[in-house]
Amino acid sequence: MQTFLEFEKPIAELEGKIEELRHLTDQGDINIADEVGKLQSKVDRLLRQTYAKLSPWQKVQVARHPNRPHCLDYVEALIEDFMPLAGDRAFAEDRAVVGGIGRFRGRTVMVIGQEKGHDTESRVRHNFGMAKPEGYRKAIRLMEMADRFGLPVLSLVDTAGAYPGVASEERGQAEAIARSIETCLRLKVPMVAAVIGEGGSGGAIAIAASDRVLMLEHAVYSVISPEGCASILWRSSANAADAAAALRLTAQDLKELGVIDRIVAEPVGGAHRNRSEIFASLGDALEDSLDGLRGLDGAALRARRRDKFLDMGQKGLS
Amino acid sequence: MNWLTNFVRPKIRALYAKKDVPDNLWLKCPNCEAMLFHRDLEENLRVCQHCGFHMRIDPVRRMQMLFDGGEYQTIELPKAPPDPLRFRDQKRYADRLKEAQSKTGRPDAILVAHGRMDGMPVVVAAFDFGFMGGSMGIAVGEGLVAAARLAVLQDAPLVVVPASGGARMQEGILSLMQMPRTVIAVEMVKEAGLPYVVVLTDPTTGGVTASFAMLGDVHIAERGAQIGFAGARVIEDTIRETLPEGFQRAEYLMEHGMVDMVVHRKDLRRTLSKLLDLLRRPAPVAEVVAMPIAVAEVEAEAVPPPAAAASKDGREPAGEPAER
Repeated sequence: MQTFLEFEKPIAELEGKIEELRHLTDQGDINIADEVGKLQSKVDRLLRQTYAKLSPWQKVQVARHPNRPHCLDYVEALIEDFMPLAGDRAFAEDRAVVGGIGRFRGRTVMVIGQEKGHDTESRVRHNFGMAKPEGYRKAIRLMEMADRFGLPVLSLVDTAGAYPGVASEERGQAEAIARSIETCLRLKVPMVAAVIGEGGSGGAIAIAASDRVLMLEHAVYSVISPEGCASILWRSSANAADAAAALRLTAQDLKELGVIDRIVAEPVGGAHRNRSEIFASLGDALEDSLDGLRGLDGAALRARRRDKFLDMGQKGLS
Repeated sequence: MNWLTNFVRPKIRALYAKKDVPDNLWLKCPNCEAMLFHRDLEENLRVCQHCGFHMRIDPVRRMQMLFDGGEYQTIELPKAPPDPLRFRDQKRYADRLKEAQSKTGRPDAILVAHGRMDGMPVVVAAFDFGFMGGSMGIAVGEGLVAAARLAVLQDAPLVVVPASGGARMQEGILSLMQMPRTVIAVEMVKEAGLPYVVVLTDPTTGGVTASFAMLGDVHIAERGAQIGFAGARVIEDTIRETLPEGFQRAEYLMEHGMVDMVVHRKDLRRTLSKLLDLLRRPAPVAEVVAMPIAVAEVEAEAVPPPAAAASKDGREPAGEPAER
């Protein structure tokens, strides 16, 4: 079932009309085909217009859209012979972080990512994509394994943030994230991260301190959620839209700030409206990024990755 | 009645209260509520004499406390772009920054200094919680990178003393990027074979804990310090229950394997210097004795010592003296 966002109401109404007309066609009226065509082109135009100038807060909503393809959808579409691997070898298997080896356009890769789930049952199983320390420790384990076998690492970021809870604190959430960042930065193999939905703070950077960082056109990446920021600085989460604008969390902003390397265009109306198209575009962008990193020796790769992050915030700003 | 309780009574109270506490000479302990005379409190390193509660201290006091004779040199930090996002909430970030600068007299929330600790050269980076909650933006990241570079340059250990609520929201994604950045900084110190010690003080939370602050060779925490990732309120809102007693306190972290020791502030300097001495002087300085070549030749010919034994004391492998 298609879910419509608040600002998509006019589009939803038109699409509803088309649906009604289609039912009439079934009853044998021929003229209606014309009408449907007209309405459809109107929908397309409206979608194009709306999505061309989404506000930062609207982008946050698109990035969190329940129908938006998630990590495992991309894995299924892009990775052949995928073998999921499980567990941190210390405490538990955290399904908020998925990962494993597989073949991506001919080469063996290690894939890690956060999975939010697509229905109640899977959302609960994956803890809505919010990892606990064991999730990050699993990511560390898989990255170290990739390093040992010379496999490039692909990381798909989609999380509201690391899970805040007593158990997380007890088992060292902060330490796990810090080590995960450290592991990303130590790798001697190429690593490409893509923010496919929400890049939520420390939970996101834990698996995104990579050679190349890509972002889908309507994804967001921020130090704090707009709601959290608003409730602290405006003292009301009702100001989330203001916070979203002030934080500059869109892919376009981040490209400008030099924090990400590339924006991957989404289909008209967002990734959820044309899954096969976004799978292909992200696949191409990932392949392209990996090709660009090929042939660099491990030490050079690591040194470049470090320099890139060391420069962050100092370069390209006035 | 309302007028009496809400207006008259506070006024009367205020009159009396003023008489009781003249000019901040006395301070009330936030924990045990005992009245502490300011001079006694300073002498006691801002630790309550009655209950041992550790109050926050500013980085200058921290440096004085840690270095020999309270003497140290601060380094000037590279200028960071101020307000890169032109962030504005109900107030402009640029104004908040200026306010914090004039309040603390510091350009940002970190102070980096070098000096000696029981004679040993040491670099210390200390946070100022009084500067926008010690939050980490580009300038703080810059400070840590500079501190790390200085430590490597001086071949000195690095001690970092965080006191921070986490990343600085007003610098958005650029403050998040200080997490990998500071991780690289401490990595440089470690790769140079130098000790990196973190002194966790109240509070150390959020993005600061989840980056350089949890990557020390040794973690020392001050008594009672709040240390954690997520804020207590956020956790309560998520799990909808009250948090256990002592949650996210230094002692709790030690119990859960995240810090090596919890120390009283008065023992901090001694603990650090002992630790650094142990790490920096692993063996007594050996007297260099010239080995008679003839003996070495005889030994080498008779029983060629295994390479492992030879390299253990850091000398060239067997046979070399004989060949000369």
